Amino acid sequence: MHIVICIKQVPDPEIAPSVFRVDEVAKKVISLAGTAPVINPFDEQAVEAALRIRDAEQDPANVTITAVTMGEATSEKIVRKAMALGVDQGVTLVDAAFADSDAYATARALAAAITKLGDIDLVLTGRQAADSDAGVVALGIAELLRLPAITLAKKIEVADGAVQVERAVSEGEETMAAPLPAVITIAHELGAVRKPSLRETMRAGRKPVRRWGPDDLGMDAESVGRAGSRRVVERLYQPTRDVDCEWVSGDEPAAIAKALVGRLVEQKLL
Amino acid sequence: MIGPPVLVVAEIDGAGPTANSLELLTVARNLATGSGRVVVACLGTRIGEGVGSELAAHGADAVVMVDDPIFTPFQADAWVHELAAIATELKPGTILVPHSLAGVEVAPRLAFRLDTAVATGCVGLDLVDGDARWTRSCYGGNAREVVSIHTTPVIATIAARAFDPLPANQAASVAIDRRPATVDPGNVRARVIAKSAAMTTGVRLENAKVVVSGGHGLGGAAGFEQVRTLAALLGGAAGATRVACDLGWCPRAWQIGQSGKTVVPDLYFALGISGAAQHMAGCGNAGAIVAVNTDPDAEIFKSARFGIVADCNEFLAALIEEIRKVRP
Ligand SMILES: Cc1cc2nc3c(=O)[nH]c(=O)nc-3n(C[C@H](O)[C@H](O)[C@H](O)COP(=O)(O)OP(=O)(O)OC[C@H]3O[C@@H](n4cnc5c(N)ncnc54)[C@H](O)[C@@H]3O)c2cc1C
Ligand SMILES: Nc1ncnc2c1ncn2[C@@H]1O[C@H](COP(=O)(O)O)[C@@H](O)[C@H]1O
Repeated sequence: MHIVICIKQVPDPEIAPSVFRVDEVAKKVISLAGTAPVINPFDEQAVEAALRIRDAEQDPANVTITAVTMGEATSEKIVRKAMALGVDQGVTLVDAAFADSDAYATARALAAAITKLGDIDLVLTGRQAADSDAGVVALGIAELLRLPAITLAKKIEVADGAVQVERAVSEGEETMAAPLPAVITIAHELGAVRKPSLRETMRAGRKPVRRWGPDDLGMDAESVGRAGSRRVVERLYQPTRDVDCEWVSGDEPAAIAKALVGRLVEQKLL
Repeated sequence: MIGPPVLVVAEIDGAGPTANSLELLTVARNLATGSGRVVVACLGTRIGEGVGSELAAHGADAVVMVDDPIFTPFQADAWVHELAAIATELKPGTILVPHSLAGVEVAPRLAFRLDTAVATGCVGLDLVDGDARWTRSCYGGNAREVVSIHTTPVIATIAARAFDPLPANQAASVAIDRRPATVDPGNVRARVIAKSAAMTTGVRLENAKVVVSGGHGLGGAAGFEQVRTLAALLGGAAGATRVACDLGWCPRAWQIGQSGKTVVPDLYFALGISGAAQHMAGCGNAGAIVAVNTDPDAEIFKSARFGIVADCNEFLAALIEEIRKVRP
C-alpha cells in the first residue's frame, strides 16, 4: 500500500494575535523574528493518520508513506519532521515558479506530483491549511485525479481495497466508505499525534527527498504559481475590533454579578 | 442587458430551506441587480410543498427541484454530479453555496469539475465596477482577504449569518422546474454506510440569541455543568473552546471557532477563554461579548463589551444566583 500525505508549511498559527502583522502593500503576512513556520497542524495529524494505518497492517513493511509539499525551500524541514515520525520518503515541489500559487494551481501541481509517484492507494491531507483556512486543495486533487473523497476523518480503516472513515461531524455520528484509491481529509478530532522516536529521527536524515520543479511534473511556467492561479488577492488586512471594554467590578462575585446584570438590562441585552 | 443568471444552491432542513440558504438569496439579488435571474437549485428527498414559495418570498425567480432519495443522506458525489449538470445547462455567472458541512464539500469539487475557482467562507461582497470582490477570513481569523475570481462561473460559499435574509414578499411567485435526477447510483463512490443524528435538545447553538461559552479557565467538567445551567436560564445555548472539548469537559458539538461552529448571538459569555484568533473566528461577530478572566491582559478583553477580572467559576455561580433573582 502506498499512502501519500500532502503537508504544507504555515506560519505558526498559535502565536498571540497581538503580535500578528500583515504587510498590506505586499499582501503578505510578516514573519515574526523568533517564530519558525510549522507543519500545518491538520497535516501533522494526516501524518499520524497514515502511521496509524500502517500500524494496523498485518505487515507494516508493505506500507510506503510519502510526504509531498509545495512551498519555499525551508519546507524541506517539515518533510524531515514527518520522516522523524516515520514517513519513508519525501517530495518537495520547491521552485521559484511555484510561488504565490492559489488553491487551483496548488491542487494541479500536487495532483501532477501524485500522478508521477505512480500507484497510490490513499492521499491524506489536512481538512484545511491554517493560513488559507480554505479547505479546497484536497477536493481539487480528488477531482483532478477523478478519485472519491471523504472529508473530516477522525478514524480510518483500510481493508479489502476499500477505506472506511468515521467522520468528525458535530451532530451525531457518520461513517462513510469508498473504494481505493481515495482522498481523505483529516480533522482535528483524529486526536493527539505521536512524538518523533529516536530510531526514526536517526534514520530521517538518510531517507530520500526528491525535489521536483515544473519540468519534472510536465507543467509549463504558465500553469504553475502566480501565472497558473485563478484567484486574485485584492487586499489583505487585519480586521479591527472597535470595542471599548467596560470594566465591571465589585468587592465580591455577587456584587459584580449584580452590577453586570444591571448593565445588561440597561443595554437591553437581557 | 440581461446578464447570466446567479445559481443558488439551497439546503433543506425539515420543512423549509435553511436560514443560510435564504441569506444566499440576499447575495444573489445583489449580484443580479438590474440583470440576470436568481435560480435556486434544490436537491433532496420529499422536498416540502412550501419550499418553492419560501425561496420566492426571499428573492428566487426560479427553482430547479430535483427530488430523489439519492440526495439524502448527503453524498457529495451525487450532489456534485447533479449540480454540475444544472450549471452546464444554465451557464450561471456565479454559483453561491451555503458554507455548511455539505456546502464546503460540494463547492470546491464543483469548481474543479467546472474548471473554475472557488472562494470559501465568504463574509462580504463588494461590487467594484461590476466585478465581485469577496471578503473572507484567513490565518485562523487573524486576517481578512479580499479576492476576485475571473473564470466563470465564480463559485463562493457564504458563511452563515454574514448576510440578512431579505424581508419576505409573500406575493412573489416562482417558476418551479421539477426534474428527475440524472445521477447514476453506480457513480456514487464515497457512500454513507452509517449515520445517526445527535439528540439535539434545547436551542441550537447556531441560532441562539444568547451563548454561554467556557474555556480552559473553567478548570473541569463541573464548570461546564454550570455553563449549561446558565445557558438554560437565559434561553440560550452552551459553547466551548477547542481546548475544553479536547479535555472532554463538554460535548465536541459545543466547539466554537474556526474548526467548530460559528455563532452570532446578541450576547456571548466567554468564561475562562483566552481569546485566541481561532476561537474568535467563530464568535467575533456577536452583538456583545461579556468576558470573565483572571488575567486583565487576556486577549479576549479586546473584543469584549463588558470585562470582568475574576475567577470564572465563582463569578458563574454568583451570576446564576443573580439571574434566578431577576428571572424567577
Ligand atoms: C488550526 C487551528 C484551529 C483551531 N480551531 C479552534 C476552534 O475552532 N475553536 C477554538 O476554541 N480553538 C481553536 N484552536 C485553538 C486555539 O488556538 C486556542 O488554543 C484555544 O482557543 C484556547 O482555548 P482556551 O481559551 O479555552 O484556553 P487557554 O488559551 O488556555 O486560555 C484559558 C484562559 O483562562 C484564563 N483563566 C485561567 N484560570 C481562570 C479562572 N480560574 N477564572 C477565569 N479565567 C481563568 C486564563 O487567563 C486564560 O486566558 C485552533 C488552533 C489551531 C492551531
Ligand atoms: N502547498 C501545499 N503543499 C502540500 N500540501 C498542501 C499545500 N497546500 C495545501 N495542501 C494540502 O491541502 C490541505 C488543504 O489546504 P487548503 O485548501 O489550502 O485549506 C492542507 O491541509 C494540505 O494537506
